[in-house]
Amino acid sequence: MARPAVAAALEVVDVECLRGDALIFEHLSFGVPAGHVLQILGANGSGKTSLLRMLSGLAPPDSGEIRWQGEPTTTSPRWREELLYQGIAGGFSANLTVTENLEYGQALAARGALMRVSEALDRVGLGRYGDTFTGRLSSGQRQRAALARLVLIPARAWLLDEPLTALDRDGKKLLEGMLRAHTEGGGIALVATHQGLEVPASCLHTLDLDTRTVC
Amino acid sequence: MLSTPPASLAILRREMLRLYRRRGQLMQPPLFFILVAVMFPFAVGGDENQLRALAPAVVWVALLLATTLSLEDIFRGDHEDGSLEQLVLLAGSLPGACALKALAHWLSTPVPLIAMAALMSAVHGLQNETRTALLVSLLLGTPVFSLVGTIGSALTVGVRGGALLLALLILPLYIPVLIFGAGAVRNATLSMASGSEYFFLAGLSVLAATLAPFAAAAGLRARLV
Repeated sequence: MARPAVAAALEVVDVECLRGDALIFEHLSFGVPAGHVLQILGANGSGKTSLLRMLSGLAPPDSGEIRWQGEPTTTSPRWREELLYQGIAGGFSANLTVTENLEYGQALAARGALMRVSEALDRVGLGRYGDTFTGRLSSGQRQRAALARLVLIPARAWLLDEPLTALDRDGKKLLEGMLRAHTEGGGIALVATHQGLEVPASCLHTLDLDTRTVC
Repeated sequence: MLSTPPASLAILRREMLRLYRRRGQLMQPPLFFILVAVMFPFAVGGDENQLRALAPAVVWVALLLATTLSLEDIFRGDHEDGSLEQLVLLAGSLPGACALKALAHWLSTPVPLIAMAALMSAVHGLQNETRTALLVSLLLGTPVFSLVGTIGSALTVGVRGGALLLALLILPLYIPVLIFGAGAVRNATLSMASGSEYFFLAGLSVLAATLAPFAAAAGLRARLV
């Protein structure tokens, strides 16, 4: 049976997150339809990172359910195969070069290649840094390298934790452009950030973890 | 249980490259091993026969302790820079990735140590049979060190001062290997057969290779929550 067009690709139903004994959030429910970006706002400690880690599957929710294309993410392998998570720590080994790190990520994911690493580096403005050790990059350049991973590994769902930190104005524009292209292709993105994203309002939702409201 | 061949190759290649680029750390186990081997005769004294009798046991213990030095490194760096999260999320098979990590550790630490042990036993004039038994037992037994060590490293990832905890966790599990390994060499010095010890060592390695990757993967998942 065909699902209605408005159905959310990602549904989060009544999840709860505990850290030790402390309750970070509870009764949190929202949905993200295909082709939409969800911007996650909230004060420090409000659970943005916890929420993204929970959605990624690294730290399953203490209660509640997460569904991807209608199937629970805990039982369906599709979610794992279609998501790309970008944590605060970039996931790059300092003593490998940018190219080595990205090629490794591409081979590890084994989802086929969208483009060559050198092309991706050109796109994010790191064309000259392919042979530089990641440890020698500035934090903004490391964020750009992380953007290169987004265009290298095919994924339907992006979970991005603070991708704008240390990015310059051009870098922010670059990410916004990538988000537009990604959502136009039917992908979704959840972005934890403190700076407002400038993407078309028709496909942008905002989740405020302090008030637990979606708009 | 394995990832695709290209992915497996990428994991192994990256791991070896990462270890090779940190040569300072890579050199620590061999240095420790040499130091123990050099210090030991001073403590035992000049009796050549006694030295020769004790040498294989000392080599086994020194190699075991030297190997433990590098175990923490299997997952620690990856945990700090976020690569571990990517590995858990992207790898087709996490146990497969853990097995490859263990293989890379075995190639980068115990194997060079075994080569050094071969050299030392030649220099110190061990009998041929003893030397063979020492090397065969080391080759058969040391995979257990890397495989079980991978579990320990996974369980202590992100723990402050985890090195000592790691040693406490895994050293008891190394004891069977030590008993059979040193036993094989002792038999050879007494001109007795070491076959049964070899079988036990090989059996322990196979057991570790079958179970350790799954235990390490479960440990990692639990630690990353």
